[in-house]
Amino acid sequence: MNVETLYGLGAAALVGIGLYGLIVLAHPLRKIIAFNVMGSGVFVLFGALAKRGAAAGLHADPVPQALLITAIVVAFAASALAVALIVRLIESTDSASLASDPPDGSRD
Amino acid sequence: MTGNIVSLAIVLLLLALAVWAVVARNAFLAIAGFVAYGLLLSLVWVRLHGVDVALTEAAIGGGLTGAMLIGAVSRLRGTEAAARAERSGAGVHVLALLLSLGVAATLALCVLVLPDPAPTLAPQVAQNLAVTGVGNPITGVLLAFRALDTLLEAIVLVIALIGVWSLAPERFWGGRPGLRHQADPDGILAYFARLLPPLGIVFAVYIFWAGADHPGGKFQSATILAAMWTLVLMAGLADTPRIDHRALRFGIVVGPLVFIAIGVLGLFSAGALLAYPPQWAKPMIVVVEVALLPTLTLVLGLLLAGAPARRGGGA
Repeated sequence: MNVETLYGLGAAALVGIGLYGLIVLAHPLRKIIAFNVMGSGVFVLFGALAKRGAAAGLHADPVPQALLITAIVVAFAASALAVALIVRLIESTDSASLASDPPDGSRD
Repeated sequence: MTGNIVSLAIVLLLLALAVWAVVARNAFLAIAGFVAYGLLLSLVWVRLHGVDVALTEAAIGGGLTGAMLIGAVSRLRGTEAAARAERSGAGVHVLALLLSLGVAATLALCVLVLPDPAPTLAPQVAQNLAVTGVGNPITGVLLAFRALDTLLEAIVLVIALIGVWSLAPERFWGGRPGLRHQADPDGILAYFARLLPPLGIVFAVYIFWAGADHPGGKFQSATILAAMWTLVLMAGLADTPRIDHRALRFGIVVGPLVFIAIGVLGLFSAGALLAYPPQWAKPMIVVVEVALLPTLTLVLGLLLAGAPARRGGGA
């Protein structure tokens, strides 16, 4: 198995792990971390595709790599906005619950 | 062969850290795992021959994101127990597991049946890079071939910052972001906050300038500068600026404005939006990069600082 396929398969697993956490975890901050894991899985897959595109003396296709740099910076900005939203939610409701009826926590 | 073994070890460790970041007992442990995960991810980029990406990942994925999450978790203490009480039931867990496995398996299948030879734009980039006057193909893509992406990204960053600011309570609008940090003025933090920034600034300028022909560039450089700024803020040596400060707001929008101006100039001088007349490509790219540097530094630093949380005042 070549290196690109190895990282590609790892990336697929990362997406799965992140998606599972995003659905199952209750605390919104934990959801953000899980979402970042999922996002980084997508990035690694994209990076593996860039590596497959090595040609013309370049070790990898520079177009997807440049887009990856953009993506990492934008992902940080999105996470910062999400964190600010959560901090505001807690400041105004004293709870980090995303449920529609926060006081009742015993739903299935 | 050893290369493959190293890669396999990295992938396994990466997966283990990802699982840790999801299943860890509390948010702080999860974040600790996630920071290590971000640093390991930059090794992945090196293995995939993306040194520019690795630099960005180490600075942002491991550094800034980790710092932001740790800052957030200290303000969210006490909400975790309540969140644990509203855990989803076993049915949801099973469904989530099935869905995640399905998505991961589909992706894995796609990876295994990718077309060979792989589609690539590398030859076109290599062929046309000389026209841009820069030697680093990534910089060429970011500022010439796909300049529109970079312009929109800079605008997205400014919008994200406006979004964060707009979450400020009414009475704090125009005030200073975050809490004023207090640290022992003779302590190790204040010592490093005096020692590191001069070195960091020199390093950032080098990364910035080297980005034309080697791995590096404005994103990596701006992240280092933002990190140095954050260090000074956390040591209490300086305060965050008031967000209604005119010079600050100018610094935030100068990058996109200069970028758009040069893009429109391209309409007349080279016949297309964001096109450069060939002999002027390098100087124009340098102007855009220089203009984007304060924007990126300020936006990254201020995103980390968060929404305005106190009245500005004189002090």
